[in-house]
Amino acid sequence: MTVAQDNMDVAVAAHGDDRDKFEGVQTPFRRFLSDYCESKLAVIGFFVISAITLVAIFAPLLAPTDPYDLASVSIMDSRLAPGQAMMTGTTAHLGTDGAGRDMVSAMIYGLRISLGVGIGSGVIAMVIGISVGLFSAYAGGRVDSVVMRIVDIQLSFPAILVALILLVTLGKGVDKTIIALVVVQWAYYARTIRGTALVERRREYIESAVCLGLSERRIMFRHLLPNCLAPMIVVGTMQVAHAISLEATLSFLGLGMPQTEPSLGRLISNGFEYIMSGKYWISVYPGIALLVTIVSINLVGDRLRDVLNPRLQK
Amino acid sequence: MSVFIIRRLLQAGLVVVVMSFIVFSGVFMVGDPIEILVSDDADQEERDRMIKSMGLDKPFIVQYGLFVAKAVQGDLGESFVFNEPALLLILDRMPATMELAVVALLIAVVFGIPLGVWAGLKPDSLASKSIMTGSILGFSLPTFWVGIMMILLFAVYLGWLPSTGRGDVQVILGMPISVFSWDGFSHVLMPAVNLALFKLSLVIRLARAGTREVMHQDYIKFARAKGLSDSRIILIHVMKNIMIPVVTVLGLEFGGLVAFSVVTETVFAWPGMGKLLIDSIGQLDRPVIVAYLMIIVFLFVFINLFVDILYSLLDPRVRLQDVKA
Repeated sequence: MTVAQDNMDVAVAAHGDDRDKFEGVQTPFRRFLSDYCESKLAVIGFFVISAITLVAIFAPLLAPTDPYDLASVSIMDSRLAPGQAMMTGTTAHLGTDGAGRDMVSAMIYGLRISLGVGIGSGVIAMVIGISVGLFSAYAGGRVDSVVMRIVDIQLSFPAILVALILLVTLGKGVDKTIIALVVVQWAYYARTIRGTALVERRREYIESAVCLGLSERRIMFRHLLPNCLAPMIVVGTMQVAHAISLEATLSFLGLGMPQTEPSLGRLISNGFEYIMSGKYWISVYPGIALLVTIVSINLVGDRLRDVLNPRLQK
Repeated sequence: MSVFIIRRLLQAGLVVVVMSFIVFSGVFMVGDPIEILVSDDADQEERDRMIKSMGLDKPFIVQYGLFVAKAVQGDLGESFVFNEPALLLILDRMPATMELAVVALLIAVVFGIPLGVWAGLKPDSLASKSIMTGSILGFSLPTFWVGIMMILLFAVYLGWLPSTGRGDVQVILGMPISVFSWDGFSHVLMPAVNLALFKLSLVIRLARAGTREVMHQDYIKFARAKGLSDSRIILIHVMKNIMIPVVTVLGLEFGGLVAFSVVTETVFAWPGMGKLLIDSIGQLDRPVIVAYLMIIVFLFVFINLFVDILYSLLDPRVRLQDVKA
């Protein structure tokens, strides 16, 4: 490094705010951000999914009515067309469902359940998958081949069937659906992180960590794990979209979520019986909400894969 | 080679045994079949007699043993609802499911490969970009919702296609097939397209990736230098080379089609084995659920075994690696 460059670095460090003025000085995060923003679709996807998440979090504040409050839901309001007024005087902008719930409110609360189940199961599956995969890669040998065989066998069965068997056994409910989705997903994470970890393990920084006499646990979680995280972010994003779609499908089949806590899938399923009589709104609107959610997550995931994949970088 | 096959066969057998235990113990916990079978006004004595005659008073492990002993002889129990052997009931519905899956697979291949090759040849054109965006949609759209929308559009509003059921069935070569009559075809079209969407996106992506890779190879440049026409290069030289991954993945995914037909059959009331499964779950018809799951396990283990062995024949590195490990 030349003296001039050295001075510049010192200058940059001293005036952190002026960083933008120096071309070529980039933090990894900033490079990632500008790479990501090259795709307009991905940026739109990010904003849409952020908005959806906010709506889900603040559901009780945003929903015009409380769809779980049995006192305010009247059967007299059932299957109102979009735009008609309900008994309580509120206008049902997207109509009402078979039980007389306002569709807008039911969808906002349904979104909350769908997102919650998708993200919740994704996070739990990720933690389990990372632990198993890292352990398997670090242990190597016989342990590794047994663990990976189990992963292979599980992945050779379609996710929907495994989840179906589990839910038939466990019954309905939020917790049970999350368990089923975790069982279905952990193997994807385990396989991905093991693949990355096997490559990273041979790098010099791991060797030097071993030479320093650090404990195995420290090497695994403080040195190996942070360097394996990029692919996990991509798999995680895609898996959350997958989990939301799977939960909706299971709820549609009558498993998964109970009638009292309708997720988007359950709402679509409820509307399906009225579709023949042309009462489209009960199925169509929750479906569009589901679709927008899944597509925007996938757009973000697709872009992340391109940006974070070192093989594709120029 | 034989060592490899024996190892794989043993492994497949182990998977079947483990899965049978998981499936049986899982379904064992579901509901109480006595509640369904005995009429409400039956007294305790009658209930006890029923429990005894069905062997439900025996400990779990004995019941599992009896199930395995019978299953080996091809008897997977008798349906509580239909009073027929569960296996026959499922085999009876199987042709309908297989027909749906095969038609869906054909749709995926016939439309997916040309679209994918096109997107691979001209990656920057508008058409290719729309094809690729479309394939993201195909991955993202939940199958059942697309099915409902198709019914809404084509059956309710336009009235072009029937929304439910299977059309006239003809027996061709000993198989009940409906797709060759107009009535049958119009019934199978919507469910098959619905089932095919996901695989169609997959084929498009595979064909595109394959084409982009193959186009840079020396043999393509050489074919160009020889002065072969573009159509010949694409149809013969490119096609042959991209078909390998496409065929492999489709072979593996056929099982997935059969599994996913559970959803499509429920939406379109297609009388296949997937709909039977969902109905049986609703009615807590344990033997049918167990029999269905066992058949699917067999199907998957068989497909995987077949692909593994085929692979080892094509690529000796696979079996050498396995023997060493």
